[in-house]
Amino acid sequence: MTLFKTMLSKLGRKTIDSLWTLGVASTFIFRVIARSSIVIRRPNLLVAEMHFAGVLSLVIIIVSGLFVGLVLGLQGYETLKRYGSTGAVGTLVALSLVRELGPVVSALLFASRAGSAITAEIGIMKTTEQLSAMEMMAVDPYARVIAPMFWGGVLSMPLLAAIFSAMGIIGGYLITVVVIGVDSGAFWSQMQASVDFHHDILNGVIKSVVFGTAVSAISVYEGYASVPTAEGVSKAVTRTVVTSALAVLALDFVLTAFMFTGAH
Amino acid sequence: MERSVIDLWVGIFVALGIAALLFLALKAGNVDSIIKSEGYLVSAEFDNIGGLKAKAPVKSAGVIVGRVDNVSFSNQSLRAVVKLNLDKQFQFPKDSSASILTSGLLGDQFVGIDPGGALENLQDGDRVRITQSAIVLEKVIGQFLYGKMSEKNGD
Amino acid sequence: MTSSYLKFVSMIKTADLIQISSLNFSYGKSEIFQNLDVGFSAGKVTAIMGGSGSGKTTILKLIGGQVRPQKGRVICDSKVVNHMRHNELFAHRKTIGMLFQFGALFTDLNVFDNVAFPLREQTALPDAAIKDLVLLKLHAVGLRGASRLMPAELSGGMARRVALARAIALDPSLMLYDEPFTGLDPISTAITGNLIRTLNDTLGITSVFVTHDIKASFKVADEVVLLSRGCVTARGKPEDLMESTDPLVQQFVNGEVDGPVPFHVRSRSYREDLALVQSENLK
Repeated sequence: MTLFKTMLSKLGRKTIDSLWTLGVASTFIFRVIARSSIVIRRPNLLVAEMHFAGVLSLVIIIVSGLFVGLVLGLQGYETLKRYGSTGAVGTLVALSLVRELGPVVSALLFASRAGSAITAEIGIMKTTEQLSAMEMMAVDPYARVIAPMFWGGVLSMPLLAAIFSAMGIIGGYLITVVVIGVDSGAFWSQMQASVDFHHDILNGVIKSVVFGTAVSAISVYEGYASVPTAEGVSKAVTRTVVTSALAVLALDFVLTAFMFTGAH
Repeated sequence: MERSVIDLWVGIFVALGIAALLFLALKAGNVDSIIKSEGYLVSAEFDNIGGLKAKAPVKSAGVIVGRVDNVSFSNQSLRAVVKLNLDKQFQFPKDSSASILTSGLLGDQFVGIDPGGALENLQDGDRVRITQSAIVLEKVIGQFLYGKMSEKNGD
Repeated sequence: MTSSYLKFVSMIKTADLIQISSLNFSYGKSEIFQNLDVGFSAGKVTAIMGGSGSGKTTILKLIGGQVRPQKGRVICDSKVVNHMRHNELFAHRKTIGMLFQFGALFTDLNVFDNVAFPLREQTALPDAAIKDLVLLKLHAVGLRGASRLMPAELSGGMARRVALARAIALDPSLMLYDEPFTGLDPISTAITGNLIRTLNDTLGITSVFVTHDIKASFKVADEVVLLSRGCVTARGKPEDLMESTDPLVQQFVNGEVDGPVPFHVRSRSYREDLALVQSENLK
C-alpha cells in the first residue's frame, strides 16, 4: 500500500514539476521575445545564428530529403503497381512530403542537429560564466545571445522544410521516372492537379513555422536552464532532442486535425 | 573578413529555401489556384448534392471554370442551394444547366456546366434553372435490384 | 535605526565607495548573511577572505547587482544597488569591471575580439580607435603578442590576464576579482597580484578581490576583511591580522587544521557509531 502511495505522490510531484517548468519556460520565452528588437537593429547577429542553425544543417536536410524521396517513390510505386495507378506516384510523393514528412522530419532533424547545438552552446556559456560576464559588462545576454539564436532557428526552419520537400520530390522523380521508367508527364501533371497551393503547400509552411518556434524555444530554454556543469549541459541537450521530438509530433497531430480534416 | 563568408553562406541558404518554395509552388502545386481571379456568384438548386463540398471544382467541357463557394439548404424550396463562384473570364448563357458529376468511378464530386443557347449570359446573382442531381450509388443499386426483382416476379 | 544611520554617516566620513548595511541574504534554505555590515574604502585594494561557503563571492554578486538581498542595502557610490531598475543597473555595471574565476572568455572570439567586445557593445568608437584601445589594454597585462590566439589556446594564467584586459576595457572605477589566484602557478600568481596592485594605483580605482591565498593577498591588499559564519570576524591591514590574537583569525591566517573551525563535521559520538555497528553484529 505504501509503495502505491509513494508512486502516486511521485507522479503528483512530477506533474506539478512539469507544470512549473512549463510556466518558467513560457515566462523565459516571453522575455526573450520582448528583448528581440535587437534582431532588427543588428541583423548581423541574426545572420550569424541563421548560419549556425540553418546553413550547418543544410547537408543533413538535403541528403535526408533526397533519401526520403527515393524511398517514398520506391515504396509508392510498388504499392500503386498493384492497382495499375503508377502514374499517381508523383501525387503520392508530393502530398506526403509537403503536408507531413517535409515539416515533421526536417523539424526532427533540426532538433537533433541545430537544437542540440544551440542548447549546448548556451549551456556551456552558462557553465563557464560567459553569460554572467556579459551581464557584468552591461550587455544583456537575452538580447545579445539568446534572442538571435531563437529567431535564427525560427526563420531557418521553414526554409529547411521547403528544401527537404523539394529534395524529396526530386528524389521521388529520380527513382520513379529516371530509374524505373514511370512516365514523366504523368508524374508531374498528376502532382500539379492534386497539390493545392493554399491547402497543401501553405499549410505545410505554417506547420514548419510552428515547429521551428517550438524547437527553438525548447532548445534555447534548456540551454539557459541547464545545471552549470558538464553533466548538466549533456542532460539538457538530451532533454532538448527528446522534448522537441515529442512536441513536434504532438503539434503535428493538432495542426493536421485542424488543417486537413473537416470542411477546410 | 570572416563575417562576409558567413553572410555569403546564409545568403545562399535563404536563396535555396526560397527556390525550394517556388519549386513546390509552381512545379508541384496548382499554379492557377494561387491567383484568386475575379469571380461572379450564381446559385443552383439540387434535389441531392451527394458528396459535393465547398471548394469543389466547377468544370465545363472538363476544364475548371470556378469553385463551389458554399452549400446550404433552402427552407422554401426544401432543396439544396449551391453557390458557384465562376471565373469572370468565362461567360455562360442563361439557359445553361448544372449537374453534379463524379470524377472517375469513386472519386470526388464536382459541378459540371453544360452551356445552353441563349443570347444573354448569366450575371452575378443569377440562378441556374436546369439542374441534375448527383447520382447516389445506393439508390442506383436499389433501383437495379428492385428492377431485377420485378422482372423476376413480373415474368 | 539610529545606530545604522550613525554607521552610515561615519562611513561617509571615511570615504567608503561601497557600503553594505544590515544585509540579510539567503540562498534557498541556507542563510548566508545575517545583519551584515561592511564597507570598502575608495581607492584601496581590499581582500575578502574566509572559508568555503562563507559568502565571499556572494558579496561581489551583491555589489554587481546580480543577486538581491532579502533585507538591507548595498550602496555603491551613494546609490542603492539592490533598488536599481534595469537601466540604472546597466549604467552602474558600466562603471564596474569584473574578473571571473576562470576568465569567462567568449570561446568563439579570439583574444583581440574578446577585449574589444565591451568597447564594440557600449561605445560607438571607430574601428581604428578600438584597435588602439585593445592593444593598450593588452599591453598593460603583457599579452599584446597574443591578440590573434583563441581562448582554447591560452593557459589558465594567460586566459585570466586577457579577461583582466577585457574587464578594464571601459576604464571602470571599481574592479572586482573573483578568486584571481586560484589554480595558478607561482609566477602567474605573482603577475596577477602585481597587476591588481599596479592597475589600482595607476588608474586610481578601487579594487575588491575574493581569495583564499593568504600569501598573495597579504602582499597586495591594503585592507583585509575576514568573513566567517555570515559576518565580519576581523578587519584591518594585513599586518594587523597577522598579529591578531583572535583564535579564528589565527587559525585562518596560519592555516591550522583544527580550531574554532572544527576538523570533524558534526556527527554522533564515535563511540555511539561504533557501538551501533557492534550491537548490530551481535544480533
